[in-house]
Amino acid sequence: MSVLEDIGATVIQQLNYVGELTTQFWSGLGALTQVLPVLGKRGRWRAALVQMAAIGTGALPMIATVSMSAGFIFAMQSGAELRRFGALQFVINIIGIGFTRELGPLLTAIVVSSRSGSAFSAEIGTMVVTNEVAVLRTMGLSPVDYVLAPKYLAAVIVVPCLAIMSDLFGVLAGGAYMLLSTKMTVAMYFRAVADAVVLRDISSGLVKSVVFATIIVHVGCLEGFKTQGGPDAVGRSTTSAVVKATLLVILADVLFTAIFYWAKLE
Amino acid sequence: MVDPIISVRDLHVDYGDQRVLEGINLEVRRGEVMVLLGGSGAGKSTLLRQMIGLERPTSGQVYVQGVDINGCSEKELKAIRRTMGVAFQEAALFGSLSTIENVEMPLRELTTLADPVIEIMSYLKLVRVGLGEASHLLPEDLSGGMKKRAAVARATALDPELLIFDEPSAGLDPIVAAELDELMLFLKHLFEMTMVVVTHEMASAFRIADRVAFLYQGSLIAVESKQDFQTSTDPRIRQFLDRIPDRLSESETVRRHLRELVGITGE
Ligand SMILES: Nc1ncnc2c1ncn2[C@@H]1O[C@H](COP(=O)(O)OP(=O)(O)OP(=O)(O)O)[C@@H](O)[C@H]1O
Ligand SMILES: [Mg+2]
Repeated sequence: MSVLEDIGATVIQQLNYVGELTTQFWSGLGALTQVLPVLGKRGRWRAALVQMAAIGTGALPMIATVSMSAGFIFAMQSGAELRRFGALQFVINIIGIGFTRELGPLLTAIVVSSRSGSAFSAEIGTMVVTNEVAVLRTMGLSPVDYVLAPKYLAAVIVVPCLAIMSDLFGVLAGGAYMLLSTKMTVAMYFRAVADAVVLRDISSGLVKSVVFATIIVHVGCLEGFKTQGGPDAVGRSTTSAVVKATLLVILADVLFTAIFYWAKLE
Repeated sequence: MVDPIISVRDLHVDYGDQRVLEGINLEVRRGEVMVLLGGSGAGKSTLLRQMIGLERPTSGQVYVQGVDINGCSEKELKAIRRTMGVAFQEAALFGSLSTIENVEMPLRELTTLADPVIEIMSYLKLVRVGLGEASHLLPEDLSGGMKKRAAVARATALDPELLIFDEPSAGLDPIVAAELDELMLFLKHLFEMTMVVVTHEMASAFRIADRVAFLYQGSLIAVESKQDFQTSTDPRIRQFLDRIPDRLSESETVRRHLRELVGITGE
């Protein structure tokens, strides 16, 4: 009986969390127009640019390293099998499609989540424990408009760009493998990649990236806003922001891959 | 009788099962300085948070400018909050903004003034609290007293009708604290600002107060003019005014625990 109760309580807790996330998502979405340059409120676009730099520049070296490593690993592992069937050229399809549809957005999301998702929750958590969020509210400013919205816009713009970079790095690493193990030339490799990848692969990857960016920003900020207590609580929020965001990104990935998969068959 | 700017009615606040405020009734009149006194943990900061509408009470109402701030729409609440300035006990400056940017922030966000005007106005506000030279420092590079003063400058940036200060002068040297008192009186006379100020400094309280409210363990036991307060005969107030220390050992639980510690059982 108490096991059932525990399960019930956990389910309610999770649903509650999703509810909070959804509420915050809608107000964040509504606040996005205020961040736009010229049309929006003053200073917000500048804040968004600062965030773009923070999310993008720092993440790029890590994304390059991770994507090239993953690309090379995938090429070697699949190459070893495919070579036995004399189908080594299919490595190109695996890398090209695998990265644009799947690995580029996913690896990017994981890197951004661990770097920036944690930074968001730490920043906002600190603002909560030092009463800065209370000050915002007493000024009649909404913390979502002022703090979350610039981060959200920045992430929605930068994360897809990073995913494209990740695609490129992965494809480059695959190319390195193909050049080393076959008599292919660089031009031939890129032509083969272009043949294998269709626009739809790239666009579905970008849609995923936008979804992942949304998850990372909203989970990071929500964990920050929910911080209660002293400075040690900020550390806990940071950890749980990364854990929850990574988990939700992977769940969303399954969902969206399934949607794209079935949509294609029709 | 002018309607009060703040009216607190039968306010109860609990944190978990701990009762922090009990049946508070308080009216703050327009243009007066109301000083809130009380021992540490009496609930002063909690009462201020209720007046700003940062937390919901367990029961009771808070009216600011005639509006029930727990029953009104988000929009109304925002409009009301824009007529008040708040300086928290911990200063709570925005850590990522310089001192002057902290003061500029409400002006940029809530007015349509041109940038040069905002810069001049903010700088003047900082000069008024003696921080002209620190305007470009980050909060982390300010001393405790400087932070407090910057918070006061930020709270007055929009020339609000109502100022709420939680211990503005705690941790300041006596000269700066006295300057802050004069600043508050200046604001009151010049702009007819209403103020609610929590303080522990008796000298400061009697310098600035029109009326004094005394909180004792979550209840308001006196709301009176400072003259009446100074001559009060209530033992709890006298203890506070005459700085008589609490004899901790008089508490029954403390005595029992002490006895247990030294191994005495029974009487
Ligand atoms: N968020 C909270 N959660 C639980 N208890 C709280 C919270 N805030 C305050 N309290 C409790 O409420 C009581 C009153 O706190 P409050 O901060 O209002 O006191 P205070 O009069 O401002 O004291 P001080 O002069 O030390 O600032 C204290 O016992 C405190 O422990
Ligand atoms: Mg306090």
